[in-house]
Amino acid sequence: MKQIKRRDFIKIAGATAAVSAIGFPAIAAAGGKKQVVIVGGGTGGATAAKYIRRADPSVEVTLIEPNEHYYTCYMSNEVLSGHRSLDSIKFGYDGLRKHGVTVVHDMVTAIDAKGHKVTTKGGKSFSYDRCIVAPGISFKDNIAGYDEAAHELMPHAWKAGNQTKILHGQIEAMKDGGTVLIAPPPNPFRCPPGPYERACQIASYLKKSKPKSKVLIIDSKDKFSKKGLFTQAFERHYKDIIEWVPAKDTGGGIKSVDAKAGTATTGSGDVHKADVTNIIPAQVAGKIAHTAGLTNESGWCPVDHKTFESTIHKDIHVIGDAAIQKPLPKSGYAANSEAKVTAAAVVDLVNGREPGTPSWVNTCYSIVAPDDGISVAMVYNFVDGKVAKVKGSGGLTSKDSSPAERAREVQFAYSWYNNITNDAFGG
Amino acid sequence: MPAKKSLAMLLSSILMLGSTQLMAAPSASMLANTCAGCHGTDGASMGPATPTIAGMSAEYFRTVMKEYQEDDRASTIMGRIARGYTEAEIALMADYYAGKKFIRAKQNLDSGKVAAGAKLFDKNCSKCHDEFGGLPDDDSGILAGQWLPYLQYAIADFRAGHRDMPKKMKKKVTKLNDAEIEAIMQFYASQK
Repeated sequence: MKQIKRRDFIKIAGATAAVSAIGFPAIAAAGGKKQVVIVGGGTGGATAAKYIRRADPSVEVTLIEPNEHYYTCYMSNEVLSGHRSLDSIKFGYDGLRKHGVTVVHDMVTAIDAKGHKVTTKGGKSFSYDRCIVAPGISFKDNIAGYDEAAHELMPHAWKAGNQTKILHGQIEAMKDGGTVLIAPPPNPFRCPPGPYERACQIASYLKKSKPKSKVLIIDSKDKFSKKGLFTQAFERHYKDIIEWVPAKDTGGGIKSVDAKAGTATTGSGDVHKADVTNIIPAQVAGKIAHTAGLTNESGWCPVDHKTFESTIHKDIHVIGDAAIQKPLPKSGYAANSEAKVTAAAVVDLVNGREPGTPSWVNTCYSIVAPDDGISVAMVYNFVDGKVAKVKGSGGLTSKDSSPAERAREVQFAYSWYNNITNDAFGG
Repeated sequence: MPAKKSLAMLLSSILMLGSTQLMAAPSASMLANTCAGCHGTDGASMGPATPTIAGMSAEYFRTVMKEYQEDDRASTIMGRIARGYTEAEIALMADYYAGKKFIRAKQNLDSGKVAAGAKLFDKNCSKCHDEFGGLPDDDSGILAGQWLPYLQYAIADFRAGHRDMPKKMKKKVTKLNDAEIEAIMQFYASQK
């Protein structure tokens, strides 16, 4: 194909946009300000709210989130090791208010796609031109006996906050020589490297404070994210502490628990009575996505990758962990990146313009020891109507990288954390 | 407008109407916003180590990204990221960040080292790094008010031979000891 010069390309693109605009449905046509309602104030929802206001301050954005504070799931493993405080992963919504976002603390109970209306538990209703749903995850009942009461005794800590506090408390209270059992979930789930970084963080605390203790990972999978690098970390830093057991050795990992008795049973019938049991159940999209009929048979939300608009309900976009966004992972960085793509698309759509071409990045750090950080990164573009990995980009930290480079990655991980949270929640 | 060019454009436009496969490049802000998760909103980093990239000259931005792509410049992650973009995309990001304001970092520094660094800077660096390393157009990143750990990594890479130094810089840097180098980095970081 003939190479098109950039200058010409822009002109051509402009011409196409003009043509497309004619055939484009005039959405929120006459009168009044455009209304966007965002359901959920995690990383995706908060970023979308801020970036819509940055791009077009004439758009009114209402963000509805039940909690007054959000605790990031990413970096919460450092709370478990005592490396940072729970307060350091806590964010409020005043930053978004400074951007002119209306923040409502209430729970959305229904989304009327036809009537373009969101209703809440508090009895309020909000009309929208476009709605962005960022509900995160909810848990499946894949582990028998793991009910609400069991969550308190065998915390999942996969939604940060009180759950993180409970698990941290249990690890601190554990005697030296005890065992922490981690049961990672099957794919797909939020934060694929998370359970293994968690094992490292807990082991790093135990190595220092309770050196006779163990971390036993009974997995529901035979492989996992950054496996080579994590295996290296287990051997390098926690040789006699961490043991990882693949699904094939246990009949598929933990299948049931008796939370009161403190036992967890594998598919092959082995009963484990650990001192601390961290059950991370299988996951699907957050509850409201199901109630609103935005999920398909997989339990996740199908979306058009150009705009993250639901392919089930028009004028509703789904972002973050809840969306089917593969090959983008279910990570905080991906949610932040998807939110910006969606914010730009929503601003275009409410103004009657064709959305531009999207671009995404993912960067995930795992801190496996105080001076040892590893990462995975990828740049994504839009090919044939879908998110695609840009060939030649991305990849993992090298297994052979030097201790100095690993130490830098920890500092870059902290910088990543400070910047992504400020990008999402900062004023 | 030359006839040939306008015909080519017309043909291209017709082609576009019949096909959605050929897409325009993402906009500058679309591309640039993907950097913010690590480098801060509008390229102003919250630290402690990832550098602020706002205000950097577009030319330097393009040079650095090319070096990352080709592994001519040491990095932990930037090589992997840089290889995801075309030259045209990098040019868009470069122009975008060149237009943003460099916000100098507030960080805790050692005032003794800063004072020592000021003298060493005058003697060794000031001829090329104008305005205490605060000018975007002196063929380097902005050093004034940059995050200290990043400055330390950069100079360590230069000294270890992981990055190439200009001749004049090499001559000066090889004569300085660890404490002197550290003092100069503290001085750059201290610029308000």
